[in-house]
Amino acid sequence: MPGKLKVKIVAGRHLPVMDRASDLTDAFVEVKFGNTTFKTDVYLKSLNPQWNSEWFKFEVDDEDLQDEPLQITVLDHDTYSANDAIGKVYIDIDPLLYSEAATVISGWFPIYDTIHGIRGEINVVVKVDLFNDLNRFRQSSCGVKFFCTTSIPKCYRAVIIHGFVEELVVNEDPEYQWIDRIRTPRASNEARQRLISLMSGELQRKIGLKVLEMRGNAVVGYLQCFDLEGESGLVVRAIGTACTLDKLSSPAAFLPACNSPSKEMKEIPFNEDPNPNTHSSGPSTPLKNQTYSFSPSKSYSRQSSSSDTDLSLTPKTGMGSGSAGKEGGPFKALLRQQTQSALEQRGGSPHRFCRRREFPFFTLTAFPPGFLVHVGGVVSARSVKLLDRIHNPDEPETRDAWWAEIRQEIKSHAKALGCHAVVGYSESTSICEEVCILSASGTAAVLNPRFLQDGTVEGCLEQRLEENLPAGCGFCHIPYDELNMPFPAHLTYCYNCRKQKVPDVLFTTIDLPTDATVIGKGCLIQARLCRLKKKAQAEANATAISNLLPFMEYEVHTQLMNKLKLKGMNALFGLRIQITVGENMLMGLASATGVYLAALPTPGGIQIAGKTPNDGSYEQHISHMQKKINDTIAKNKELYEITPPEISEEIIGSPIPEPRQRSRLLRSQSESSDEVTELDLSHGKKDAFVLEIDDTDAMEDVHSLLTDVPPPSGFYSCNTEIMPGINNWTSEIQMFTSVRVIRLSSLNLTNQALNKNFNDLCENLLKSLYFKLRSMIPCCLCHVNFTVSLPEDELIQVTVTAVAITFDKNQALQTTKIHVEKSLQRASTDNEELLQFPLELCSDSLPSHPFPPAKEHLESASSNSGIPAAQRAASVDYSSFADRCSGWIELIKLKAQTIRRGSMKTTVTVEKASPMGEGNFRNRSAPPCANSTVGVVKMTPLSFIPGAKITKYLGIINMFFIRETTSLREEGGVSGFLHAFIAEVFAMVRAHVAALGGNAVVSYIMKQCVFMENPNKNQAQCLINVSGDAVVFVRESELEVVSTQQPTANCQPSCTGGEVTT
Amino acid sequence: MTSELDIFVGNTTLIDEDVYRLWLDGYSVSDAVALRVRSGILEQTGATAAVLQSDTMDHYRTFHMLERLLHAPPKLLHQLIFQIPPSRQALLIERYYAFDEAFVREVLGKKLSKGTKKDLDDISTKTGITLKSCRRQFDNFKRVFKVVEEMRGSLVDNIQQHFLLSDRLARDYAAIVFFANNRFETGKKKLQYLSFGDFAFCAELMIQNWTLGAVDSQVDDMDMDLDKEFLQDLKELKVLVADKDLLDLHKSLVCTALRGKLGVFSEMEANFKNLSRGLVNVAAKLTHNKDVRDLFVDLVEKFVEPCRSDHWPLSDVRLFLNQYSASVHSLDGFRHQALWDRYMGTLHGCLLRLYHD
Repeated sequence: MPGKLKVKIVAGRHLPVMDRASDLTDAFVEVKFGNTTFKTDVYLKSLNPQWNSEWFKFEVDDEDLQDEPLQITVLDHDTYSANDAIGKVYIDIDPLLYSEAATVISGWFPIYDTIHGIRGEINVVVKVDLFNDLNRFRQSSCGVKFFCTTSIPKCYRAVIIHGFVEELVVNEDPEYQWIDRIRTPRASNEARQRLISLMSGELQRKIGLKVLEMRGNAVVGYLQCFDLEGESGLVVRAIGTACTLDKLSSPAAFLPACNSPSKEMKEIPFNEDPNPNTHSSGPSTPLKNQTYSFSPSKSYSRQSSSSDTDLSLTPKTGMGSGSAGKEGGPFKALLRQQTQSALEQRGGSPHRFCRRREFPFFTLTAFPPGFLVHVGGVVSARSVKLLDRIHNPDEPETRDAWWAEIRQEIKSHAKALGCHAVVGYSESTSICEEVCILSASGTAAVLNPRFLQDGTVEGCLEQRLEENLPAGCGFCHIPYDELNMPFPAHLTYCYNCRKQKVPDVLFTTIDLPTDATVIGKGCLIQARLCRLKKKAQAEANATAISNLLPFMEYEVHTQLMNKLKLKGMNALFGLRIQITVGENMLMGLASATGVYLAALPTPGGIQIAGKTPNDGSYEQHISHMQKKINDTIAKNKELYEITPPEISEEIIGSPIPEPRQRSRLLRSQSESSDEVTELDLSHGKKDAFVLEIDDTDAMEDVHSLLTDVPPPSGFYSCNTEIMPGINNWTSEIQMFTSVRVIRLSSLNLTNQALNKNFNDLCENLLKSLYFKLRSMIPCCLCHVNFTVSLPEDELIQVTVTAVAITFDKNQALQTTKIHVEKSLQRASTDNEELLQFPLELCSDSLPSHPFPPAKEHLESASSNSGIPAAQRAASVDYSSFADRCSGWIELIKLKAQTIRRGSMKTTVTVEKASPMGEGNFRNRSAPPCANSTVGVVKMTPLSFIPGAKITKYLGIINMFFIRETTSLREEGGVSGFLHAFIAEVFAMVRAHVAALGGNAVVSYIMKQCVFMENPNKNQAQCLINVSGDAVVFVRESELEVVSTQQPTANCQPSCTGGEVTT
Repeated sequence: MTSELDIFVGNTTLIDEDVYRLWLDGYSVSDAVALRVRSGILEQTGATAAVLQSDTMDHYRTFHMLERLLHAPPKLLHQLIFQIPPSRQALLIERYYAFDEAFVREVLGKKLSKGTKKDLDDISTKTGITLKSCRRQFDNFKRVFKVVEEMRGSLVDNIQQHFLLSDRLARDYAAIVFFANNRFETGKKKLQYLSFGDFAFCAELMIQNWTLGAVDSQVDDMDMDLDKEFLQDLKELKVLVADKDLLDLHKSLVCTALRGKLGVFSEMEANFKNLSRGLVNVAAKLTHNKDVRDLFVDLVEKFVEPCRSDHWPLSDVRLFLNQYSASVHSLDGFRHQALWDRYMGTLHGCLLRLYHD
């Protein structure tokens, strides 16, 4: 008997009137867990009943504790007829199962009914007494912590990052069971909600077991999704990254997580698992006899990697992109061998690592410093499948096999890029009728093995070697062999360190690494695309989709590349490409944050070439277009403050050669004198990014490039955690969800019209957001997450969730000072703790200006006498730094006029890209938040809260709701219905967090928002799935005054009255 | 391409004050959009009309959802659906319960019934306030009335507690409720020159001194109903004008005291008996409900108008009223000093307020 669950029903308020005669309600409550039910007394004639019940005690297995939700039903007692249900509350008691999280759940929960929405509130107290259970065959995994956050949570330190965990559970969808024909919509919805709750509990428990098997104690970057496969069932699947986390003991000594894990690693010895593969499904299940597997989709899915600029260069060759990803060519095999051997040479640890974990994937998008060594580029794979009924829910092999196949492909793509791991990994599906597109994507990377297992001596040695590379550019260096590149790319020497090769553009799915050196600000870049498709059935449909996919992916890629160049930037972070399938069309939407990485070469412009050069007016038109494009690029450079420093001649003129042995083994074999010429070649090609306008389609494309309007002044947007180039956040945040559905007017649509509609939809949506949030200027929309779905034939639905964060333009200077101070302090501690940290680097980076010396800053600097000195100091430092690496600059001296980007150490270093670092929060002059009333619960898709420190993680929030109406018009039409529902979902999330004693949800995500309407029948239904991490945060300002005063466990909204703190 | 659905939901509910005002003023979405366009917002923000339309729709929808809660403001504070900072909640409530001077003058003192509600059309046409806004204001009056009637304790406190209004607005509502309950006539042509503020001022004085609550704070309706016993007793004051000796004595006392101090002394002396009769007769008539309703008409007819026709300056009116009330204490034959003070104390304040052009 490993656990006792205790529940007390205290009171209700604002109950609906259930008895028309008396305008009152006779309410009582049923408390159900598993198969046990308790009831309270009936509280007669009141809308605010005070039950004050006894403690209802459930004695249960911890397996059940993990799987089952606590189900509380409020009913109206009726003497003569059946009792009427008022509504329900489902409480996930998982947070009570781990020791450090919440100890009690207590508070007001909205009473929710799937037909009527929220109907009053109920006050409940829940506790769990856990008994120790030493049974080694146990099925439960109590104690494993789950985090949605895709980085190491703020008050923890990663001891070991074990790797990928995944699991999948299937069941029949209650909506499609025969019984659904005779039961009420309410009963059907509730059955569905309950089933999904059960399934996600089970899934979490199973993942937990795998983590325990791997000797981990937590799952970070936990992402759980539902596939509503209709007739063929309901799939709940989850992926995550298993870790061993250590709680940072004292909150006062708040260090950036994982600053120096090397010391602690030895304390927890990691014994290699003798049976390593138990955690993941075997990839060897033969597929053909179970399901259709369309080969075109397989061979087509390729790494759309950073550097395959050839795609855009020679669009006519088109499918050249496909060849880049095709496996099995002799070229590729050779490469793989080389990579493999190289890995083995490197102390053998990555190799061992590869063998041990079947899929070296990480769902993390931000990493402890030093974890990420090199980034290869984006790898993605898609596969079109036909759904068939899942016959035996206990053996979900088919789905498992599908995913195993995709993951295998991702893995081999990563290998082709010379990488042994994939980071920023995610999976998604798009389902329409019986066709399903499975997608997976991530960023191929080389990781530092020190975090993956306990540090052996050689590992440490090797790592020391690695870290001699200058921070801020190391991850840009190519991991693959430049002589045997997996695809044609233009390599240059790194503009930062001049030692290693870098590609000319870099695409990744991860957040900007904390130590990356960025010039200017970033911006949201989107590629949008629609393709019509004939309506077809089953196999024919799947084939049609498979045939369209490569073209879509290619065009999305081209669009991204063009838009990136148009912005004058050279790297994409947080890239997410979503392909959605509908009855008669396919939609592609790619979002990413463009930045200018100092280490990468300046992007060349875009040149337009006409096909018919004889026609005079045509040429004029072309040159007009060209001018427009050039103007746009110039304007964008100004807008995003992309002003890379010029390298002056004298600096270049004094070379100090670097010892070669510092470069890694992988590359050393291939370095030869040939490089220089190759380098020159690539320089020559750099400006030759040519768009050929050979037909109206291309014309349209160029036009659409220019139609994207930049956000109004004072606004920035990105889809990563934080905006590169902004770090003086103030504490005001506003998370929001916006949904739009448009109906396409004509039936005989063309691709162009469709594209325009879709483009307008997204642009208008963004414009609306900017307008709505104009009171927050200057502000940045962070983590902008677009989701497209095609609910019906002519309907396109776009859902956006993001957070607007204000920042202070004028405060930049003050914070600068603080930053410098802080980083000085940090540096000294760093030097003590991390001896392997190269001393020169520290001294180099510290005094320099943490901001790109953009115009605005310079201007403001002139008003402040203290700052120009600091900047001068920075430039002095820079030159001395440049001296040291100009040995490499010498090599490219021939092309001196093209080298405009120096390696200006505008050292943004740790604090710049990590607002979670303490430096940023020491923002003493930040205005206190106006609405920090008791009971306010903040929600944000980010992993941090600006101006505050997360002191405790209370557990994962994972909620699924269904809302249905049969009186759509009366509820304000579709907009009124969905508006109310989303507001209710927010309310229920907040209530649960408050009941756990928290005051915020971080890493919040709305994973699903499935909306269906039938206006003729006056009906609509919507399913929403949200998740996030419940946390307790303390404002920095409060922290300094009273460090002991923590938000009370019971933030009851009832006391919101007039209590305004700060 | 038509927009089927278009929503924006923030974790903190966005409230646009300008749109809220347009909504409260009863404008339709399209009218509101037109008004916003005219305000120059498009030029300021670079937005398009479509953006404005979508934004306005969104706010209107939010307000519509909030309206149910605004009907019982404490619910707005305790509800969990909309996360709104307290300062914004207060703003929402205050603005929702705010009313137009022009409107309140039309319905002040009228029974808050369905009959009056039917007249809102006319009021709307007359005042230029949209019918929708008239309805909201009328319903607010009625709602507050229904909640606080038959309630114990101070009227203002009750209103404040149940509707979370500012002190100033709660006082105004107390006046509206008090007038509605006692059905004071305020619509006559003679009274048109009076503002709502004038009436509210009088109402407050009357609530303080003339209601049940003035003597006993533990009765229902204490601030709503006038103290019947007191009104009955007022008959006793009649002696001041009925007894000729007393009247003469009163006059001579006042005239002696004011001689040389009053610019309009001769007019006062000539009119004293008329004025005194007017004021005392008003008191004596208050036993009848109908006469209670006409209180303000009577005061204006019997006191304000005569003085005004003789061009009394306000300072002289004040001096006169002071002396007129105080002199009664020196009348040996008059035994109802306390009653007189309770009556005249309030009337004194009211008359001064009512005395203007």
